[in-house]
Amino acid sequence: MSDHKYVPASKFGKWFNDRLPLLSLASHLSDYPTPKNLNYWWTFGGILTFCLITQIVTGLTLAMHYIAHADLAFESVEHIMRDVNYGWLIRYIHANGASMFFLAVYIHIFRSLFYGSYKSPREIIWIIGIIIYLLMMAAAFMGYVLPWGQMSFWGATVITNLFSAIPLVGEGIVNWLWGGYSVDNPTLTRFFTLHYLIPFLILGLVVLHIWALHIPGNNNPVGIDVKKPSKDTVPFHPYIVIKDAFALLMFTIVFAFFVFYSPNILGHADNYIEANPMVTPAHIVPEWYLLPFYAILRSVPDKLMGVVAMLSAILILAALPWLDTSKIRSAVFRPLYKQFYWILLVDVLVLGYVGAMPAEGLYLLIARVATAYYFIHFLIILPLLGFKEKTIPLPLSITEPVLGGFPMASAVKKKESLN
Amino acid sequence: MKYIFKITYLIIFLLAGISQVNTAEKIDLLKTDWSFKGLFGKFDRGSLQRGYQVYTEVCASCHSMKYVSYRNLFESGGPEFTEDQVKAIAASFEVTDGPNSDGEMFVRPAKLSDKFVMPFANVKAAQAANGGAYPPDMSVLAKARSGGVDYIYSVLLGYEDPPSGVTLDDGVYYNKYMDGNNIKMSEPLSDGLVEYADGTTASKEQMAKDVTTFLMWAAEPHLESRHKMGFKAILYLIILTILVYFSMKKIWSRIESEV
Repeated sequence: MSDHKYVPASKFGKWFNDRLPLLSLASHLSDYPTPKNLNYWWTFGGILTFCLITQIVTGLTLAMHYIAHADLAFESVEHIMRDVNYGWLIRYIHANGASMFFLAVYIHIFRSLFYGSYKSPREIIWIIGIIIYLLMMAAAFMGYVLPWGQMSFWGATVITNLFSAIPLVGEGIVNWLWGGYSVDNPTLTRFFTLHYLIPFLILGLVVLHIWALHIPGNNNPVGIDVKKPSKDTVPFHPYIVIKDAFALLMFTIVFAFFVFYSPNILGHADNYIEANPMVTPAHIVPEWYLLPFYAILRSVPDKLMGVVAMLSAILILAALPWLDTSKIRSAVFRPLYKQFYWILLVDVLVLGYVGAMPAEGLYLLIARVATAYYFIHFLIILPLLGFKEKTIPLPLSITEPVLGGFPMASAVKKKESLN
Repeated sequence: MKYIFKITYLIIFLLAGISQVNTAEKIDLLKTDWSFKGLFGKFDRGSLQRGYQVYTEVCASCHSMKYVSYRNLFESGGPEFTEDQVKAIAASFEVTDGPNSDGEMFVRPAKLSDKFVMPFANVKAAQAANGGAYPPDMSVLAKARSGGVDYIYSVLLGYEDPPSGVTLDDGVYYNKYMDGNNIKMSEPLSDGLVEYADGTTASKEQMAKDVTTFLMWAAEPHLESRHKMGFKAILYLIILTILVYFSMKKIWSRIESEV
């Protein structure tokens, strides 16, 4: 992608690089031309990589002390919290890290929705992203089961029971998932195994995600193609690296506040009660990041159709590059889409809210309306909007809006030529 | 920079939503000022020691605390009894150990490394002795109830006569703050129930506060070092962020773009 071919300076470097071009890869990553108008919403890719690495490192450490057994899991978590050196720190980073991971991924996804980053030629990046998101949900769900508290047990029971909605083979599949006739020790050990496996699958997909990104290069807030490299781009290092580092540090401050000052606020108190198959909690609620989909599931009166609706709500995102018929990427130049974008965001937040409430009365009504709107947005509004909407003319290059309003554009040009 | 503000707003918005979700549909709990809340929150050492006394003299006859060890009682950040005091406390309990070289189980006094001795051999025994209700283990109780310490404090002080029209079964008591208002534990505290070693007047409120503080420590024994480390970590992060911000400004000043 870079114009010039990289040649290592040292003889050994050249010898090695001819056999395994790691140095060429490093050079590509460092020189990678990036649009210079990227805003802070674009820093969440780097933040997400940080989240994944943090989860893997803390997770490996926890796994050295955790015991995946129905009789011992809860106790081993308390052992980590009390007797392992800094075990409390590692566990709180891991538990809150999951929430931070989802916070970042939701911002990342909604950034993509606003700036049309999923559109041609970036469909594959987007679809890989959706698969990563699905795997994240699976990993988070199974991770929540491991402490073997009341919410772990009953959350696992509710979610695995969804598969019983499948006609004919449903019951068999559920028993196969459980490894028995209820959520029990075999379920815990297999969930632990899968929880250990999935992050490495995600890691592999992240590599593909970035690889696919480096073919067309980054989208940008203006949403037009940029020539690479040109005066519209900056090398990834040091410009984007330092900016990502700054944003990441801001993010870690928020992260640290949760870990050190309210480590349990995002969890559920019931999960500090050891799992008891004989006692059902009053409200079984999933973690906050799954609530919108939980609301969609419960808003459909039929179990099977509820599961179908919930899965469709996620899978519909994979079809988004073809559902959105507009050729204009950035919502900045799409006045109507911009409004529908914000309505969708509010709609999802509302779904999250009613997902945490009991499914009855007004809450159920709101959940149904919000669910219907969610699908209307993707299946009706977006396809029509591409044909109906009158968009704002695009600038010729990103330099134009970047310099627009800048008082001394000519002085800047001079400065640039001096460099 | 304005995007940073937007990010912050979004986070605050989300958190506000979450905390609303968590606090919905609750009656107002009794409030007292807890010394361990806030950025520099620490346990009140005297309160922890008195709280241990209330626990051991009142609660421990039914409630176990199976994840806490005797040695925790002198470790820093806890009640910080002296090691000799704790040795004496431990020695007053008996544990079954073994088998010894003859293959026999034997009874010995508890050591510092032992977990708190449980009042009942198992859950079934506890239920049998308490009219079918299991007195929950108190190791993590302060984290296992929504409302946390405020909830426990309120329940301890929330006993009252049932409102007219409410009839209670035998062995069931009315509590204003308990979920469902029915509780199988009779009112555990009354004024002057214990005689505090440090001479503090043992009012009901004082005992409730002390024992709840002790329960919070039992559930979160590293709370103090967490708060201490958190302050240092966040201060460090803020300074580093400022330095990186100016480095970024410097680097981006090479080109005309705004960062």
